Amino acid sequence: MNLQAIAFYVLSVITVVSALGVVSARNPVHSVLYLILSFFTAAGLFVLLGAEFLAMLLIVVYVGAVAVLFLFVVMMLDVDFGSLREGFVRYLPIGGVVAAVLVVEMVLVATAVGEQGAAKGSGAPDILLDAPNTEQIGRVLYTDYIYFFQAAGMVLLVAMIGAIVLTLRHRPGVKRQSVMDQVARTPAKGMRIVQVKTGEGISE
Amino acid sequence: MLEFWTTPLGWTLLTVGQILLITVVLLICVAFLLLMDRKVWAGVQLRKGPNVVGPFGLLQSFADLLKFVLKELIIPAGADKFVFLLAPIITVIVACIGWSVVPFAPGWVIANLNVGILYLLAVSSLGVYGIIMGGWASNSKYPFLGALRSAAQMVSYEVSIGFIIITVILLTGSMNLSTIVDHQAGSILNWHFIGGGANLPTVVVMFPMMVMFFISALAETNRPPFDLPEAESELVAGYQVEYSSTPYLLFMLGEYMNIVLMCAMISVLFFGGWHAPWPEGYLEGLPPTLVSFHGLIIFSVKIVFWFFMFAMVKAIVPRYRYDQLMRLGWKVFLPTSLVAVALIAAWRVFGPGA
Repeated sequence: MNLQAIAFYVLSVITVVSALGVVSARNPVHSVLYLILSFFTAAGLFVLLGAEFLAMLLIVVYVGAVAVLFLFVVMMLDVDFGSLREGFVRYLPIGGVVAAVLVVEMVLVATAVGEQGAAKGSGAPDILLDAPNTEQIGRVLYTDYIYFFQAAGMVLLVAMIGAIVLTLRHRPGVKRQSVMDQVARTPAKGMRIVQVKTGEGISE
Repeated sequence: MLEFWTTPLGWTLLTVGQILLITVVLLICVAFLLLMDRKVWAGVQLRKGPNVVGPFGLLQSFADLLKFVLKELIIPAGADKFVFLLAPIITVIVACIGWSVVPFAPGWVIANLNVGILYLLAVSSLGVYGIIMGGWASNSKYPFLGALRSAAQMVSYEVSIGFIIITVILLTGSMNLSTIVDHQAGSILNWHFIGGGANLPTVVVMFPMMVMFFISALAETNRPPFDLPEAESELVAGYQVEYSSTPYLLFMLGEYMNIVLMCAMISVLFFGGWHAPWPEGYLEGLPPTLVSFHGLIIFSVKIVFWFFMFAMVKAIVPRYRYDQLMRLGWKVFLPTSLVAVALIAAWRVFGPGA
């Protein structure tokens, strides 16, 4: 058994076990931590496949940003763990059906890819086989698939603007700091010199 | 004997040996850099700093290590014990694994990855987990508030760090750290903070990028003036409040190793890595080992210089307020670095070097 096989089995066992941990952990924060572990080992599997760029993106985007926000939200929630587990038996059949459909779909796609290859019919893109895979992805993404890539970017932009528009409200009467005003302030504008008479004080 | 090192067993032994060597050397260096940090801080405030243990206080860090290890480990009653102890360990491990791609000298790197710079970005984005987990597992208010602040802060500044790194990648055309360093060979005029090859238009973009990277690195490592997660005037010590003994030591160690890693990153990306600021023609014909040692010394000097800058900032600059921190990250650094990416990309496509 060579090193790669050992690494593959270790990583995949950890991935599967931590994926089980996500659904079986009692504490939601532990679930998210298991999810992060499974993302991380999935990135390891990508490295084994020789897709180091995808592996790093998985860690930077999912582990470094998305999962942090997950953790953020789950920690802030005040969850009653008892009530969460109440409907478990009631929802079990429908959950089982969804899981079964997913498994069947994945097996079908996997066997189809295994038999025919992913891009049968459309022809593999013209790529440099000896270039590092970052360069290969870049060449394909910014030439053949440029319209799809830009369209995906536009969809994300619209979603982002939508989220901002939905949550942004201007409340009246809120005092905001204006850094420009503060920097532009001079002694002439900021203070005045008053002659105070003894015993009278200052009244506005 | 030589072919033994190419067999799987030999390769594994060799790599483990390299990792051990770098870890041990790094730990000893961090001990002395920590002392330097305190000495610089003390010097700015006209104090003497640690000067009792050993000559000039040189053994102070080792005395502190012994003290931390011998203290009692206290775990709060309501804490999530496993996550509570896991958090400092993750902090240290994440701070260590980043060093595996740092090129110390020509050919002296454990893993010469093609995506080395992305790996460093990924590793630095993982550092936030130690802090969040520690803050949450303590089951206490101040640590939790510190963890929330830290998570928002590190995620924000990672974005601008990513864009600044993209400008360097565009200039070099590679994500391999050794290639990035080699691209800056020659003299100080070829270093990336002057635009890599004395191109006058790019220095206008790249010099501010270097400064912004330094400031973002301060925020990313929770150093003053951005040490809001542990602001002692507001949160006592933030996410570290409930920690004692060795776990606290691990948090400290991880923090300092992250700072030194950031210093190494600035040196590699903008300051020519192992290349000297003067022309290196005299190195030709020398044995490769000697050339590597030459590079190692120069790289170390650069790291110490940047660490000195970190220490000076800590001593001089007052702490930011939280909304100012967010304003700087999202409203100043993000648009500026985005424009810089566009400018450098345009320079690469339409400029004289295209």
